[in-house]
Amino acid sequence: MNQNYEKYYVPDQSPWPIVGAVAMFLIAVGAALTVMQASEEGGNGHYILYGGIAILLYMLFSWFKNVIEESHQGLYSAQMDRSFRQGMSWFIFSEVMFFMAFFGALFYARMISVPWLGGAGNNAMTNEVLWPTFEAVWPLVTTPAGDTTQAMGWLGLPLINTVILLISSVTLHFAHVAMENNKRGPLKVFLGATILLGVVFLGLQVEEYIHAYQDLGLTLDSGVYGNTFFLLTGFHGMHVTLGTIILLVVFFRILKGHFSPKKHFAFQAAAWYWHFVDVVWLCLFVFVYVL
Amino acid sequence: MSSITDEHNNDAAHHDAGHHQPAKGFKRWLFTTNHKDIGSLYLIFSLTMFLIGGAMAMVIRAELFQPGLQLVDPHFFNQMTTVHGLIMVFGAVMPAFTGLANWMVPLMIGAPDMALPRMNNWSFWILPFAFLILLASLFMPGGGPAFGWTFYAPLSTTYSNDNTALFVFAVHIMGISSIMGAINVVVTIVNMRAPGMTWMKLPLFVWTWLITAFLLIAVMPVLAGAVTMVLTDKYFATSFFDAAGGGDPVMFQHIFWFFGHPEVYIMILPAFGIISTIVPTFSRKKLFGYASMVYATSSIALLSFIVWAHHMFTTGMPVAAELFFMYATMLISVPTGVKVFNWVATMWRGSISFEVPMLFSIAFIVLFTLGGFSGLMLAITPADFQYHDTYFVVAHFHYVLVTGAVFSIMAGAYYWLPKWTGNMFNITLAKWHFWLSLVSVNVLFFPMHFVGLAGMPRRIPDYALQFADFNAIISIGGFAFGLSQLLFVVVVYKCAKGGDKVPAKVWDGAEGLEWEVPSPAPYHTFDTPPEIK
Repeated sequence: MNQNYEKYYVPDQSPWPIVGAVAMFLIAVGAALTVMQASEEGGNGHYILYGGIAILLYMLFSWFKNVIEESHQGLYSAQMDRSFRQGMSWFIFSEVMFFMAFFGALFYARMISVPWLGGAGNNAMTNEVLWPTFEAVWPLVTTPAGDTTQAMGWLGLPLINTVILLISSVTLHFAHVAMENNKRGPLKVFLGATILLGVVFLGLQVEEYIHAYQDLGLTLDSGVYGNTFFLLTGFHGMHVTLGTIILLVVFFRILKGHFSPKKHFAFQAAAWYWHFVDVVWLCLFVFVYVL
Repeated sequence: MSSITDEHNNDAAHHDAGHHQPAKGFKRWLFTTNHKDIGSLYLIFSLTMFLIGGAMAMVIRAELFQPGLQLVDPHFFNQMTTVHGLIMVFGAVMPAFTGLANWMVPLMIGAPDMALPRMNNWSFWILPFAFLILLASLFMPGGGPAFGWTFYAPLSTTYSNDNTALFVFAVHIMGISSIMGAINVVVTIVNMRAPGMTWMKLPLFVWTWLITAFLLIAVMPVLAGAVTMVLTDKYFATSFFDAAGGGDPVMFQHIFWFFGHPEVYIMILPAFGIISTIVPTFSRKKLFGYASMVYATSSIALLSFIVWAHHMFTTGMPVAAELFFMYATMLISVPTGVKVFNWVATMWRGSISFEVPMLFSIAFIVLFTLGGFSGLMLAITPADFQYHDTYFVVAHFHYVLVTGAVFSIMAGAYYWLPKWTGNMFNITLAKWHFWLSLVSVNVLFFPMHFVGLAGMPRRIPDYALQFADFNAIISIGGFAFGLSQLLFVVVVYKCAKGGDKVPAKVWDGAEGLEWEVPSPAPYHTFDTPPEIK
């Protein structure tokens, strides 16, 4: 038989998945109750939510600890490494499709529902009967019902944020090059810089939200323009937050001396994720802000 | 399709000696990383959900036995139709296929396990929790979801009850489970095939699951997006699906069906794989047109992304869109026809024997094709204006889902049950299960075509008097079909407990690696991959 075959490592029983399942259950119930009790006094749903998140974090920490130990024991073959890589790629593809749903909503609102409400195509009577004073413009600053808001410009904070994310992708690439050449000093510097840029991006994003709410009157509930703006940038922001945390974990692992020029899947997965988040932002910048 | 070396045959029989065995007690099932354990968990869970969802169908049929409102109030009736649909789609059919994939894919490709065994466990165990949340909402003040399994806005937003958030997060968990499960299947198939198992040697069940998994990863996130927008519309005053804020309720349908149509094929492609496995075995012939089966499956998957609006012909889309979606939908009948012809051609001049899996497969071919034809009728835009939202639609999708997907799952279960347990099931009881199901399912669903064409609307707890006789017949068929499934539970239980011992190759015409390992399949198989010649 094929003598040079490396055994595929099948882990023994593990408690972490079921712990993670309980955590997800608590998060789902807690989140649902929190949302349902939002208008009431003294809801307790958020305690369940926090409990679930705490258990999930504990689970992730322990699960990854096991994985890292197994990796250091040399249990993972090249084939195993391919499994991880392919798994991560497909996960990122699923994330792309998640954003597609919201981009789809943006395109539909902009190209179809708003113009139709304004009487485009054969919809003259829609406009006439429902909201005769409504005029279809994008950004939708006056909704058919008459709520008004102001549009977010693309110069200023959004442009700065775009530049920041683009630079962060470059620094991360240099970090990867340093990793492959086993230059640990530059690796730490470039990775640290990437994380820092991520944090700055998030800070500026908060700043932009404050500006939107306080100065522009642009809120989550100000019509479909505000809806798509906040859900797209919001979910993107959550992904940047997650990406930053992942990079931070990788950074601490590098400080502990983990990874080699040849074997650094965790670093690479984190980098792929970061580049993906970056590409989403570019689409956001073009379709939400500029156009 | 593939043969393995004699050397490995000996190896397969003995290599389990000295290997670690399953853990004892409850921990085995909670902590397991074994694809066979997880496959069994999926299948048992699916059967449980099938019975719970079936019980809800019995409530629906009891209420519809006579015209007028007699047993349940309309709000509860709506909850029953909604949760019946959600449970059967996400709790019964999909987990059953995932369970079959877990059990069979590693065996069929000569892999030691699924590629990511711990995540495999996680994918399964979040699923019961999701359905716990969904079912619990039925017992809360205000009740469970009552807007249909398609949760159209504004029914699910403006007009839904306060518990909708529970539905939303339950669906999120189901989606996460499906995505993780699908990633595992794709990676296993792409990365873990035994040496020599080239793409065009893959068993068709593996091929169809590869394509199904791709569809799952592509569209489950879109469903997550749709429920998220429902959540924000309902609780955070957004107006994605509200024209007053510049949105559109029709937009919901576009997003939902962009998920929903590929979802339909997610529930039928693995069925095609199962039938393509069973028919050659009992016809003692190779599958006719293997390559064309692969290409047909891929074509169906690709087309599934561009036909979604045929669910929405009556929403007032522009005529150009109606025509596009009509023709694109009809195009799907070409690759589907290829499949049906291939199955029939496989049986042509074969030495056919009618074991239970084969009976279910033949019933599948005939009755699924019937469901396909009514689908073709629904695809015709002007005709659909008449059929839309009537019992004709209910008849159509129950033919493709019950006599299609569910029959294929039954066929697969009977085909591989001896391999899983090492025992032959009680053939007499199984045949009773088949014949009773076959007759009752047609009594149940066939008259729905007639009442539908005559205009009886779906999802309404009452109906006009002229539909009374047919509905009484339909309900009797429904109760009979429901009761017949209890026989299946008995057969499975008895088979797990004992029965005539079976050899490694249970069916003499069967081909494939799964028949090279002993029955019952050892806890660990193919620790070293077999070599495929």
